Amino acid sequence: MVHIRTVRLAALGISAALVMTACAESERGDDDGQSGGGQTGGTMTFATEGAPKLFDPFYATDGATFRTSQQIFEGLVEFKPGTADAEPGLAEKWESSEDGKTWTFNLRKGVKFHDGTDFNAEAVCFNFNRWYNQTGAGQSPAVTGYWQDNFGGFADGKTPSLYESCAATDESTVELKVTRSTSKLPDILGLPSWAMQSPEALQKYKADEVVAQGDSFVYPEYATEHPTGTGPFKFSKYDEANGTVELVRNEDYWGEPAKLDKLIFRAIPDETARKQALEAGDIDGYDLPGPADWEGLKSAGHQLLIRPAFNIFYLGIGQKNVAQLRDLKVRQAIAHAIDREALVKQQLPEGAEVAENFYPDTVTGWTDEVESYDYNPDKAKQLLTEAGAQNLTVNIYWPTEVTRPYMPSPRDLFGLIQGNLEAVGIKLTVVSKPWNGGYLEDVDSGKADLFLLGWNGDYNTPDNFVGNFFSDPNNRFGTGNSPWGATLSDEIKAADSEPDADKREQMYVELNKKLKSEYLPAVPISHSPPALVVTKDVSGLVASPLTDERFDTVSIASS
Amino acid sequence: MLRYTIRRLLQLLVVVLVLSLLLFAWLRSLPGGPVSALLGERATAETRERLTEELGLNEPIFVQYLKFVGRALTGDFGVSTGVQPGDSAAEIFVQRFPATLELSILAIVIALAVGIPLGYLAARRRGGILDNLSVVSSLIGVAVPVFFLAFLLKQVFAVDLGWFPTAGRQAGGIDATRVTGFFVLDGLLTQEWDAAWDALRHLILPAIALASIPFSVVFRITRASVLDVVDEDYVRTAESKGLTSPVIRRRHVMRNAMLPVVTTIGLQTGALLAGAVLTEKVFAFPGIGQALALGFERRDYPVLLLLILCAAGVFVLINLLVDLSYAVIDPRIRTRGVR
Repeated sequence: MVHIRTVRLAALGISAALVMTACAESERGDDDGQSGGGQTGGTMTFATEGAPKLFDPFYATDGATFRTSQQIFEGLVEFKPGTADAEPGLAEKWESSEDGKTWTFNLRKGVKFHDGTDFNAEAVCFNFNRWYNQTGAGQSPAVTGYWQDNFGGFADGKTPSLYESCAATDESTVELKVTRSTSKLPDILGLPSWAMQSPEALQKYKADEVVAQGDSFVYPEYATEHPTGTGPFKFSKYDEANGTVELVRNEDYWGEPAKLDKLIFRAIPDETARKQALEAGDIDGYDLPGPADWEGLKSAGHQLLIRPAFNIFYLGIGQKNVAQLRDLKVRQAIAHAIDREALVKQQLPEGAEVAENFYPDTVTGWTDEVESYDYNPDKAKQLLTEAGAQNLTVNIYWPTEVTRPYMPSPRDLFGLIQGNLEAVGIKLTVVSKPWNGGYLEDVDSGKADLFLLGWNGDYNTPDNFVGNFFSDPNNRFGTGNSPWGATLSDEIKAADSEPDADKREQMYVELNKKLKSEYLPAVPISHSPPALVVTKDVSGLVASPLTDERFDTVSIASS
Repeated sequence: MLRYTIRRLLQLLVVVLVLSLLLFAWLRSLPGGPVSALLGERATAETRERLTEELGLNEPIFVQYLKFVGRALTGDFGVSTGVQPGDSAAEIFVQRFPATLELSILAIVIALAVGIPLGYLAARRRGGILDNLSVVSSLIGVAVPVFFLAFLLKQVFAVDLGWFPTAGRQAGGIDATRVTGFFVLDGLLTQEWDAAWDALRHLILPAIALASIPFSVVFRITRASVLDVVDEDYVRTAESKGLTSPVIRRRHVMRNAMLPVVTTIGLQTGALLAGAVLTEKVFAFPGIGQALALGFERRDYPVLLLLILCAAGVFVLINLLVDLSYAVIDPRIRTRGVR
């Protein structure tokens, strides 16, 4: 009886399997998975810490999306490999009017989007107008945060916008008008967000139909399946269930074609898991190796590519709650109390530097003529006494569950800063919270008196750093609580709007001096270089300070 | 039997409803939230406030909950803000559940395939070398944290020896057709043998690590049950009737010894899910466990809510199936019926 039942069950199982097999057909093509063409660059798999949120860079704010989009798309302006300096991209050259409000771009000819349509002046203006005419959920800071940070408002005029108009004066000339002169142009156009996308594909796949649903946003088909640019790689597929994005070489690329046949980005969130995948030969490289692993990776024969540091780590001083922190002497005492040299040597990776300005020395207006605030605990104590703040008690926030390129190990950095501050008699109430679990929220709402934070630069202008930090007096530093808060804001705006480059640079030099000697809303601590690592078989990858490496020059030796 | 099943299914509904309310309130009482995750360092007090309002997170919790229930009744469980932003929570569940299920099934199969025969042999050779060795190994299985075992297996067999892949469900370069979401099964159904083999290779180490949790319990309970059963009168009667050893083993010893083992498998579901969170993290395995870990880190309310609810539902369902399977295994229950 049992045997009969077993046989029946087995027969049923086999029948079901046969039926399912008949229904399930392989979708593989006839090729062996390699794309054709003259180049035989093979496949490279590069592991990243996260999967892309989507593939339309205009709606993106995450590094994983930008990494992918940088291979698929190109902007009018690009960044010179290995630097944050602007260079011609899809625009061969450009010039601005004397008042800095009109920019003329001469476009590269003979460029086609991946869908075969022409890249031309009309396409450029289509993109600009698309960005400017966002409505509904497209105006949420979570969706178009980069536009709002950099260009301001939209066509509905609720908030002033930097963008005014775009006109195609001929097939390959674009005239871009802005409402005021800004130091951001033309560098800002090198940001991945402003990459040129195919107007036909944008319309065909309803690229603007982003909608708020429940407590989040749903993106249209274009952003998830049909990104169409002009870049050296084309989107092939995104296997969400496996966390892999596959790009293939664009055989019709206008420039030097990519060397690789296929480029795969694979999401491995855990840093140790990425390292082990490299050691086992499962991947050819990965992003953001922990500084503690750098030496080990190098001695194992891998290539560690250290990016030039293009970030800032600072100790923020919130002036909202503790009146004593509005006294410059107290803030200066805090600056003198911190041993930045020791912190850089003991806690940060090779290539890290003590920060003297609020941005790295490759950015316009950087100056060494600023008040340096050397490590001097006695001076710190003296300043506290002079300010009558010997019993200064403040809270200090440090974040958990996060590492940032400028802050590889928040706990260790905090430990050193805490020791320094307590050594000069400052009483600290320590608050540690998860990065997304209350830390940023508390810091932004002004609850933190002292806090650890920083910034990764997007492009090479001072405004991208100091403008983001201090231009709004109601910022996390609470500069509006001091009489100079509004002045600082005006000075930042004035420097950003100055059309004359030499004058502008001088204004930033002066601003940097004042930021250190008169305002000191935070203590700049360090610039720390993030890295990426590839096996010895990989060549042609140039580390970017903006972490936006392009893989078209990469080749991989078969091992 | 039918009434019993219906009653248990209704219980499941109540469990899910009550749990959804508790979870909803608890998740929203956690510090931070999706606004920080979405805006990062770029946030200002103004953008933070705007986004909080846009997402409806400024409304009273009960209003948010009622809206959630209203949407959930139409099949909309919300959209991910952190794990896979833009994807619906339901889509993420459908995509990742097969991964965890595939992993858990293989883990259970390994645990049973090793635990039951070993438990039987250990009981039959009580006090012998095999028995002692097996007991010690099962104790190690219980004592060693699954996270550590996963890490160790990965380091030795994937990194050092290179026998297995270190991370993920399938190598990136494999052009695999997706049918059911179970990668091994998909490979078999579509006859993409390389894809099936590759997916299986990705499963083996995490499944062994995860199997350490049920293995120890299955082994020890099998051993204890067999020891109990072999001394029963009916086994002696069968022996005196002259039945052959395989028949006695199959019909009288194992069949009766299996009841507590099956119960254990049901109870182990929760432990397996907890173990999956850790194992999936070590092996960067994109399943429910990894989504839960990422969801907590990024405060992804819709994903956390749906995944935890589904996990609870699966736990209750499996225990229901276990109860129902008693009837299959034990004829006494079948004939007596279930109240």
